[in-house]
Amino acid sequence: MVELPAFLPALPELFLAVSTMALLMFGVFGSDGTARLVGQIAVVVLLCTGLLVIGHGTERAVTFNGMFVMDGFGAYMKVLVLIGSALSIILAQGYAEREHMNRFELPVLMLFATLGMLLMVSANDLISLYVGLETQSLALYVVAAFRRDHAKSSEAGLKYFVLGALSSGLLLYGASLIYGFGGTTQFDRIAGLIAASPTPPVGVVVGMVFAVAGLAFKISAVPFHMWTPDVYEGAPTPVTAFFAAAPKVAAVALILRLLDGPFGHMVEQWSQVIFALSLASMVLGSFAAIQQTNIKRLMAYSSIANMGFALLGLAAGTEQGTRGVVVYMTIYMVMTIGTFAVILCMKQHGRMVEDIRQLAGLSRSHPLMALGTAIFMFSLAGIPPLAGFFGKLYVFLAVIEAAAKHSELYILAVFGVLSSVVGAFYYLRVVKLIYFDDPIETFDRQSDDSIAAVLVGTGLFTMFFFAFPVPVLNGAAAAAAALFTG
Amino acid sequence: MVIQSIVFYVFSCALLICGVMVISARNPVHSVLWLIAAFFQAAGLFVLMGAEFLAMILVIVYVGAVAVLFLFVVMMLDINFVELRRGVVRYLPIGGLIGLVLVSELVAMVSGWVPAAGALAQLGAPVPPVDQISNTRALGQLIYTQYFYLFQTAGMILLVAMIGAIVLTLRSREGVRRQNVPAQLARRREDVVAVRKVPTRGGV
Repeated sequence: MVELPAFLPALPELFLAVSTMALLMFGVFGSDGTARLVGQIAVVVLLCTGLLVIGHGTERAVTFNGMFVMDGFGAYMKVLVLIGSALSIILAQGYAEREHMNRFELPVLMLFATLGMLLMVSANDLISLYVGLETQSLALYVVAAFRRDHAKSSEAGLKYFVLGALSSGLLLYGASLIYGFGGTTQFDRIAGLIAASPTPPVGVVVGMVFAVAGLAFKISAVPFHMWTPDVYEGAPTPVTAFFAAAPKVAAVALILRLLDGPFGHMVEQWSQVIFALSLASMVLGSFAAIQQTNIKRLMAYSSIANMGFALLGLAAGTEQGTRGVVVYMTIYMVMTIGTFAVILCMKQHGRMVEDIRQLAGLSRSHPLMALGTAIFMFSLAGIPPLAGFFGKLYVFLAVIEAAAKHSELYILAVFGVLSSVVGAFYYLRVVKLIYFDDPIETFDRQSDDSIAAVLVGTGLFTMFFFAFPVPVLNGAAAAAAALFTG
Repeated sequence: MVIQSIVFYVFSCALLICGVMVISARNPVHSVLWLIAAFFQAAGLFVLMGAEFLAMILVIVYVGAVAVLFLFVVMMLDINFVELRRGVVRYLPIGGLIGLVLVSELVAMVSGWVPAAGALAQLGAPVPPVDQISNTRALGQLIYTQYFYLFQTAGMILLVAMIGAIVLTLRSREGVRRQNVPAQLARRREDVVAVRKVPTRGGV
């Protein structure tokens, strides 16, 4: 009587959900020392999920009554999210053991957050967008407050929760207006209705703006960035690394899918919103970071500025721009994870330190770590031939190309270049501290092999991206093409 | 028709009165009791609309569970409501102003509302004809068939919320004596009872 939906396109998500619940049971009923094992299995689970995503291929498949879509774009972004989550869990292992937060729930909650991100990337309906987003956010609120005995961590969790709830409210209000316009929540149908009406009515424009505002909260674009520095500072460091990497990729993927999909015919309307978000994020992120001395707060403002650059490509409103955004997010994620691996090595007498002045003279005591930090800082500043330069190159290329038609985009490009110059100041200040200042106190020897492996891996990617850019560029081009033709 | 309208107005007026009493009653326990009364009036309105399933759910879930939970919370947390209400007069102008702005925005948007041309033809969840299908069946088809994926994902969200609540609040406390039934059952007389010969005037 009732036809079963096709489960195959959602196989990676089903596998991840089932194995996460199995892992939860294993953690609950296992003995006390299972936390480390759970973390290791979690990484393996993420790898298997990644293989399933790749195995599914890039053809477009819609299932669950049009709620869920799997295509080339989804496959690329999902692999990216899974890599980010797996690296974050690896980083979290040693830290959790040292800081007495070694409980099996941490990797389990991170897996649940990852599941939410995969659902977000595959959303093809306003409601499935929302439930995916909530699965992710709820798990993130909890891991932000994971060190419940530390006031700052609890504060971070609470702040994130309250502002996240507010942003969900904005998103839902926008979604209800869009539903009121079309009588449907499904992306394909909304796209058809908007394409059919000559000028989109005010109601649906307002709804779109509200939905974008709700999502801008999640990627901490100015003016919805207030929570970022406090949450980044308060949350445990590997959790901050996780926040800065995987959820950002997923939320950007969601914005791309929403704006290029159902609202693809409203480029005129949404490109103004993205223009403003991008400009404000780049400028504020760059200038506000100058005064920061805490490296986690510095990275918070850096991520705000980076989101501005990523949105730059979206503001172009072309397939080139979307490809630029995808390339940018790939490189951004790797650089961010690498930088946080460095921050996790900042330890004196067994205690974590977060002041950037403690990095002074690092080149003499820890030459390799100093080299790694320098690579990431130069790359974040966008200096060729490191990976960060190429990320910026492709978004700026797309903007300049699109500016031939919309001349106001030149303003955006000019501001982008100027703020990346300002941003270079604080990245290079860290390099100067490391190489030209006298050491105050040296860091402990790094004894954690997994962190060192992450550091070396991300460092090599950042350094030699210029030699092997083809896989990323082709993947991003295919992803963007899937979004525009599908 | 006349009877229906009379019933509607009776329920609506009672609902409004109950609602006002919820926020104006001095005793918080009375507030919760007024809230329960309000739920019953709303359930009556649902029945009038032909949504009998929602009416029953409202009574069972909200009156049976949620309101009782509220009662517990109100009784267990010693909140001074008089203190909480103190600022009302001071914040009334600004609150009223914001409310007025929001209402005017809503009116402006609704009055200029233009749904898409084909919107009604492709409603996501069209209302089925009431005479052919019962409320319960229609809702079941929507939730468990059409929106099956969302239903399952909502389950995941609730699971995450449960794990989160436990992670953030559960502490293993020292010095708590727990009943251990297997250990009690496995106790033998020889392990715990010893027969000693007590010398006269010696003590144990």
